[in-house]
Amino acid sequence: MADQVTLTIDGVSVSVPKGTLIVDAAKRIDNDIPVFCYHPKLKPVGMCRMCLVEVGRVMKDRATGQVVLDDAGQPKVGFGPKLETACTTPVEPGMVVVGASQKVTDARDDILEFLLTSHPLDCPVCDKGGECPLQNLTLRHGPGKSRFVYDEKQKNDKHVPLGGPDDALIFLDRERCIQCARCTRFCDEIADDHVLGFYQRGRKIEIATFSEPGFDSKFSGNTTDICPVGALTTADFRFGARPWELTTSASICNHCPVGCNTTFSTRREAKSGGKQVIKRVLPRQNEQVNEVWICDKGRFGYHFIESPARLTAPLVRKDGKLVEATWDEALTRVAETFKAAGSALVGLAGGRLSNEDLFAFKQAVSGVGGKALLDAPLAGGDLTTVVGVSAGVNSGAGTDLGQIGKGTAILVVASDLEEEAPLWWLRVKAAAERGATLIVANARPTKTDRYAKHVVRYDVGNAVSTLAGMLLEGSSDYATAFAQAENALVFYGREGLDFAGTQALAQACANLLIETKHVGRAQNGLIGVWTTANAQGAAELGLTTTPASPAVLAAARAAWFVGTDPLGDGRLTRKDLPPFTVVQELFLTDTAKAADVVLPAAAWAEREGTYTSGERRVQRFYPAVPAPGATRPDCQIAAEIGKAMGATRFGGFPAQVFLEIARTVPAFAGLNYAAVSKVAPQWPDVGGRDQYYGGASTTNLQGLGVQLPSAAERGTVPQAARAEAPALAHPVGTLLVLPIAKLYDRGATFAPSTLVHPRVPAPFVAINPADAARIGLADGDEAELALDADTVLVVAKVTADAPEGVLLLPVGLGVATPEGPAPARVAKSARVAA
Amino acid sequence: MDQGKHILFRHRDIANLRDLDVYLAHGGFEAFKKAVTTLTPQQVIDEVKNAGLRGRGGAGFPTGLKWSFLTKDSFPRYVVINSDESEPGTFKDREILTHNPFQFLEGAMITAYASQANTIYNYVRGEYWDVVAGLERCVAQLYERGFLGEKLFGTEFKLDFFHHRGAGAYICGEESALLESIEGKLGQPRLKPPFPADKGLYAKPTVVNNTETVTNVPFIIQHGAAAYRQNGTEKSPGTKLFCLSGHIQKPGNVELPLGTTLRELIYTHGGGIRGGKGFKAVMLSGASSVVLKVDDALLDTPLDYESVAAKGAMLGSASVIVLDETVDLSWVILKTTRFFKHESCGKCTPCREGTFWMLSILERINQGGAAKADVDLLQNVASQIQNKCLCPLGEFSVTPVLASLKTFRGDFDARTTDGAPKAAPKSAPKKAAVEAGD
Amino acid sequence: MLTDKFASEITEILNRYPAERRRSAVMPLLYLAQSVYGHLSKEAIDEVGALTGVAPTDVAGVVGFYSLYHDHAAGKRRVQICTDLPCALRGADAWAAEFLTRLNLKKWDETTADGEFTVEHVMCIGACDKAPCFQVQDSTGIHFHESAPDRAMTVDEAVGILEGLKGK
Ligand SMILES: Cc1cc2nc3c(=O)[nH]c(=O)nc-3n(C[C@H](O)[C@H](O)[C@H](O)COP(=O)(O)O)c2cc1C
Ligand code: SF4
Ligand code: FES
Repeated sequence: MADQVTLTIDGVSVSVPKGTLIVDAAKRIDNDIPVFCYHPKLKPVGMCRMCLVEVGRVMKDRATGQVVLDDAGQPKVGFGPKLETACTTPVEPGMVVVGASQKVTDARDDILEFLLTSHPLDCPVCDKGGECPLQNLTLRHGPGKSRFVYDEKQKNDKHVPLGGPDDALIFLDRERCIQCARCTRFCDEIADDHVLGFYQRGRKIEIATFSEPGFDSKFSGNTTDICPVGALTTADFRFGARPWELTTSASICNHCPVGCNTTFSTRREAKSGGKQVIKRVLPRQNEQVNEVWICDKGRFGYHFIESPARLTAPLVRKDGKLVEATWDEALTRVAETFKAAGSALVGLAGGRLSNEDLFAFKQAVSGVGGKALLDAPLAGGDLTTVVGVSAGVNSGAGTDLGQIGKGTAILVVASDLEEEAPLWWLRVKAAAERGATLIVANARPTKTDRYAKHVVRYDVGNAVSTLAGMLLEGSSDYATAFAQAENALVFYGREGLDFAGTQALAQACANLLIETKHVGRAQNGLIGVWTTANAQGAAELGLTTTPASPAVLAAARAAWFVGTDPLGDGRLTRKDLPPFTVVQELFLTDTAKAADVVLPAAAWAEREGTYTSGERRVQRFYPAVPAPGATRPDCQIAAEIGKAMGATRFGGFPAQVFLEIARTVPAFAGLNYAAVSKVAPQWPDVGGRDQYYGGASTTNLQGLGVQLPSAAERGTVPQAARAEAPALAHPVGTLLVLPIAKLYDRGATFAPSTLVHPRVPAPFVAINPADAARIGLADGDEAELALDADTVLVVAKVTADAPEGVLLLPVGLGVATPEGPAPARVAKSARVAA
Repeated sequence: MDQGKHILFRHRDIANLRDLDVYLAHGGFEAFKKAVTTLTPQQVIDEVKNAGLRGRGGAGFPTGLKWSFLTKDSFPRYVVINSDESEPGTFKDREILTHNPFQFLEGAMITAYASQANTIYNYVRGEYWDVVAGLERCVAQLYERGFLGEKLFGTEFKLDFFHHRGAGAYICGEESALLESIEGKLGQPRLKPPFPADKGLYAKPTVVNNTETVTNVPFIIQHGAAAYRQNGTEKSPGTKLFCLSGHIQKPGNVELPLGTTLRELIYTHGGGIRGGKGFKAVMLSGASSVVLKVDDALLDTPLDYESVAAKGAMLGSASVIVLDETVDLSWVILKTTRFFKHESCGKCTPCREGTFWMLSILERINQGGAAKADVDLLQNVASQIQNKCLCPLGEFSVTPVLASLKTFRGDFDARTTDGAPKAAPKSAPKKAAVEAGD
Repeated sequence: MLTDKFASEITEILNRYPAERRRSAVMPLLYLAQSVYGHLSKEAIDEVGALTGVAPTDVAGVVGFYSLYHDHAAGKRRVQICTDLPCALRGADAWAAEFLTRLNLKKWDETTADGEFTVEHVMCIGACDKAPCFQVQDSTGIHFHESAPDRAMTVDEAVGILEGLKGK
């Protein structure tokens, strides 16, 4: 191959693509050149000098440019006087690299000795001990004794909160830091959050943050994984356990539709009454999904599992009160009543349920003629099963954001990706940096704009017409860029839209993809920025999305709410409930309190199952800790109810249900757990025994997942259809409230992670300076929003980010928010602050 | 060189040369006009190449050759002048900038024309605050008189000149750190390649030259390469500014042809050693010098790039620090090491940790708390830094240490006690473990 | 706020650099802020960040790296004495010690009782031929005070210079 370069490393010949760095070429042949500052995901800086090697190059005659040959007719190789850094030097044809010489060994010893002169040697109490590259390399290359006078060591601050003492998520130990700049480069290069930097210089140089709040990044936890020493630790895990006591189990993050691969580290501990408990969440490498990163919500948002408020036994209403009951009693009552309700049974499931749960639920409900629905605010799931991202059945390789660059257009519409699906934000940003044409269409600015080639700003309510406009050939630069791109992906969200509006938007996106012939092929298709981890799975399994509303339940005689709380969200009230209501949940939610029977479910970390990510990848998660009390997996409960009603026949173990899915749902045809848990070597190799991570459990041994073929790939010819958004009108004298999403909210599965509370904003509304001036609101004032049904008090944030006439109101912060854009009267709150 | 006739220090021959009218009356800006109106950029480069001008910032790299390395067809380009002058013992650029500013500006402007750059940034160390204020007034005059700005001499060539003040960091004299600094970042050196000629300021092709280097250029363009070559040696043509400091009778700058002997420099121009004391050692390129033991052979060494290199040293910026017989080298090295430790940017391990470690050993030696083994350790640590650093600063820090240990080891040993080294290798980790349990 | 009083200076500084390279203006703007506020507090850093569109952490990095930017308040003027090798060869260490004593200061980095002067030692300031020498950094910039070519400045003279600066 023309673009392959062949060289020799410690006597072994290796061919690698042109431009490969020596360190990576060596890695290909399992020759681990020790590194500290180098990280294959970051730009090389060559500053720690750990990777020094001898480099010989083919000699050329200066005058003629001819290769000089030796007596044997072989090209002569000349070595320079200096060692070179393997992490910054690209390979050259005929290069000879020596890492196994005494000279190199000495150099590594030397550099390590230098690093250790400033290192505190507190391994016995360090959280990184046991999975620390510095510790590992010291054992391998270290000097063995210290020539440095201990008293002359520079004493630096330990336990420095990066942020306020109460809101810091990450702590810094300045003595342990070896100034490798992995953390600062991660923030600058990968996350584009310039919140961590060097302060001072020389031996005094230290890591510092000057952002408000400190280390203000949604990706901060990743720095603790890539820190090659114990300098950075999470407030969650520090002093929590020793790495070698931990058991690992693979999982999939269930906070958003990206489907990041994660690992739970668990242990049994006395502190928790001898129970197996989760100590931390780490990213698990999946280059096609999350690479080696996760966001802080995924890392810190698992504490709801261990909440004492969890339901542990079935509850049945007796004499107006919910009292504990046996499973038999509860299930019998449920099955009998549901069966009797028949077509008057309405089931509403949440999008956090696994594929198995949703399938068993749907089969049970529809088996007696009832309606099984997904209770979610974003429509278009049906479209994504047809024109969603393709698995590349015909090309062999599926859709992978990591492979996207020049030639691909990415349209992000009506979504604030960083808040709604942080890892997609990272991946889209990286794709744009590799040359993909990013088009961001929204009514207001978002962080995604930074990387956009085209920022399309429409008036609230015009998302659909803007997309329709893109169908007119040559109507705009971005329309042309999208139409002419070899590949195209569309991410759509729900900002500025009600449910009907999202339906229209999804259709408009689908139309655009269909008309520009960007469907049915790998690297093309439609992606919904769902509000939950498995809304895509629900769509694949054929559940219809309908948000809970009084109308949905109007004719119902029985209702079954699984993993959703419409009463708590204010979408239903008690009077909307049918005569018989069953709630299947983790917690005693508002809806559960109003139910006739409450069934306690096991959390996803307590059982196995699969999720389907927004990129239509089916991925497996595994039990990490035992399920508490009498809780059962949702699929098991649903299968038992189904069986008792005579509606289903399959068993309730997830694997059994999955086989049933594969048997009956065409997109899943041929799949089984074994296929989903297959792994293949990944590049860059950053797991396991090597020097990059030194043992943090990023290695993926439990499955890379399988992307589902879309209906378009399976032969369905997708058809464009009318997409018309319902008209938006708001009376004079009102402003339009736009609900927007924030990553950190007060949701039931996030609130128990108290650690992150300081980062959850107080309820606020963003208002344009012109509107604020008109109303007489100053930044920080309390504002009173009179919505249709409620009046809410929020802090006003005066910012030009809010378009004129529009109020941005975050959802999930504890105040009532409308489902879509809604008129509101705004005034300065009359209440005098106490 | 004609006595009394300077090429770079013409202000010493002509009163008030820092006055623009005086400068113009003495042929000022004729070279610039000649270049812009009658020569192509390539012709200017060729003339400078023929003159054999070598960079005066330290490395002595051929200037014309450097200009010819600019990546073809890549614009805009920048010219950046290195007036950081922070090597201890160096104060020549300050005199040029203060007393002969227009010749410097003209040289920089010709450099820009040759490089096809339309913007010049002069990076001046922050300490030269008032020097910059004076230069800014000069630049304003040049805009008024039409030597800077649009359509110069009626051609399409336009040129802007700006100053950027450093803020107290020796490392910013290193050209890539300097560029980082202009970009508003920490002054930490970049990896090379890419070199500035390819990706310099704002990742655009950039020429970085020292102040003194470009101050030579007006003469070369006006009088030609041959005239320039009348001074100096074949391989090191021209005159050079020598900064005399330390135990010299007459400290200060002198402009002399390259190839002048050390003897002539010290005894004829510097007035000899202060107080008539013996001449023990000399540092020819500031704090980063090889410390040379003075003997007759050394005194007769011509001071040009090659001859000094043959002595195992560097001419560098010709910052000549004179050490008389009373000097204790272990103290000199304490000073140089303190400097490099203070100025290490902290980016690479051997420099950051090594200078810190060397300093702690040297402090111990100087306080009399060290044993002979510590001197060995110092030598060891210095060698351990050598050839492993990201940029030359770390290497510089080692040069005087190793040279003095080789030639003046006695000075170090004399300060030691016979006792065992203070370092207690085995107990150290134990102690660490105990202390860490906080 | 700097923008209120120094709008034209700020514009002039920003205009030195290409429009999309406002980060380059961080250093000159820090000098401006320091001359106004005396030192560079978190607020000053935020202000320079806002003017240049650079994150405060990145601005702070610059403050921390360069020795002529100060993140802590000190006396009205900083007197910076060079004690580096060339000056030390001409007696700078002893000279400086005497200087400190004359100002009733026990160690480096202390401020005189009247709050006028903080005395610091610095690395070479490029005046080695005129040792002993020092520079004074204050709201008007940085100014040299050095010996004449043929005669070393006495401590008395130096103290006299400082006296003369008072009230200015
Ligand atoms: C640590 C270090 C400090 C330097 N300091 C200076 C300096 O103060 N002035 C200077 O002109 N060159 C200095 N240099 C050399 C520059 O990197 C560069 O080679 C020079 O500016 C090129 O200009 P020239 O070719 O005209 O000499 C320094 C180099 C290093 C490694
Ligand atoms: S904190 Fe860790 S990752 Fe950051 S510079 Fe220090 S050692 Fe490197
Ligand atoms: S210098 Fe290569 S890994 Fe740090």
